[in-house]
Amino acid sequence: MREVTADVVVIGAGPAGVAAACAAAERGKRVVLLDENPAPGGQIWRQGNRPQPQPAARLWIDRLRASGAELHTGVRLVDVSGPRDLFARKGEQTVRYRSGATVLATGARELFLPFPGWTLPGVFGAGGLQAMAKGGWPVAGRRVVVAGSGPLLLAVAVHLQQAGAVIVALVEQAAKSALAAAAPALLRYPAKLRQVAGLGWSLRRVDKLYGAWPLRVEGEDAVEVLVVHARGGERRLSCDLVACGFGLVPETMLATLLGAAVDHGVVRVARNQATSVEGLYAAGELTGVGGVDAALSEGMVAGCAAAGDVAAARDHAAVRDKEAAFARVLDRAFKLRPELTALAEADTVVCRCEDVSWGEVRGFDDARDAKLKTRCGMGLCQGRICGPALRLMNDWGPDRVRPPLFPITTAALAEIGAAQATEVQQ
Amino acid sequence: MKHNQATCRVTVNGEGLRVASGTSVAAAVALARVGTFRRSATGAPRGPLCGMGICFECRVELDGRAGVRSCMAQCRDGMIVRTSDA
Repeated sequence: MREVTADVVVIGAGPAGVAAACAAAERGKRVVLLDENPAPGGQIWRQGNRPQPQPAARLWIDRLRASGAELHTGVRLVDVSGPRDLFARKGEQTVRYRSGATVLATGARELFLPFPGWTLPGVFGAGGLQAMAKGGWPVAGRRVVVAGSGPLLLAVAVHLQQAGAVIVALVEQAAKSALAAAAPALLRYPAKLRQVAGLGWSLRRVDKLYGAWPLRVEGEDAVEVLVVHARGGERRLSCDLVACGFGLVPETMLATLLGAAVDHGVVRVARNQATSVEGLYAAGELTGVGGVDAALSEGMVAGCAAAGDVAAARDHAAVRDKEAAFARVLDRAFKLRPELTALAEADTVVCRCEDVSWGEVRGFDDARDAKLKTRCGMGLCQGRICGPALRLMNDWGPDRVRPPLFPITTAALAEIGAAQATEVQQ
Repeated sequence: MKHNQATCRVTVNGEGLRVASGTSVAAAVALARVGTFRRSATGAPRGPLCGMGICFECRVELDGRAGVRSCMAQCRDGMIVRTSDA
């Protein structure tokens, strides 16, 4: 088994992880930054096959290169012995990472809410379709409905439109009145307002439905029609693709496996981004969804703290607090309406890996019970897709997290197990 | 496709196609006009959902290896991709 030792190991090369790696490396620490993707940047700075340089991304990636931090791509964390002893897979190889301090920057994933037809090819997450389009998925000339909630929908719609897609409609579940109510609080963030205004201008010819949400997708082997609830009735939108985003779920599985305290779905952190586990820090969306600027400032704080620079960590915290306040305003404005967790019908598949329907899992007390009796959440995604939806739909608490974090071969499992056993004997 | 852009050649379900370098394997499958990436446990058609390697809905056979997430793999010259219906 290959072994890598560093002063600071950072997991996840999105904005938070990049900032943390820079901060620690610039303070003279030996830093290793891990990510499963082939390039740094995370979802928000994803480049794809036609790189369109984003100024902030370029700046930070250049800074990362100059910092001396080592970037390991194609690396997927699968198991741990503790916060300073991590096991990963790179291709067919197992790599053990030992660190003095570890920074988690695992980001977030999209929240998917099941509705009839959501399993048809052509229904994507909103960020999902954007990521696919960056990777060359053909969207030019395709009719797309962007539906769900939040400012991400605007960014996705504009990106798809620039790639040549025809945006049939933008379907936002929040009522116009809820968004208007949030407007005064947003005046404190002129740069962000300008950004939203720019997106809005690009979409000025797109049909926008507020207080509207998807009811079902119709089609045989592919998407044909998205039926939405709008203005008290149903509206049929003919389309080829549906990009559906209901918000983000902080990625807390690794933090949970390491024993870090998680409150209401987010990793609990102190002022210096330290988790409840000694030597373990967290920064970015897993500590509360706040967007790229919050992630960068949290990353700076975490990186400084992990490198032992207490004063610098304190300086960066002020920026982070302002960003967190902005996130709270958005949360209120785009609060999900209860109808959205009641879209599935009895025969609607909720666990896509095992084809378990809503009728089969409705009413179970917790995820564990449902898993044992229906196989719900037992497939390859390990409950990453159905879990967050079912927690809302069935009012379940968080599920336990057990290794491996991703499916691996039994040979790899045995190799890691043997390494952990040796450690215990010593 | 611009002439100055590097490309590579891949085969999807027996059909050869040329794609831009950096294209994901998932995108190559779509460019080959294949909509169904895999069949679910009960035989329903499925395609990519999350685009970031967590849902496993886009898995295909890549160079003889089954269960590869096509959204996380980038096209390389000579790659052979098969979806479950092929």
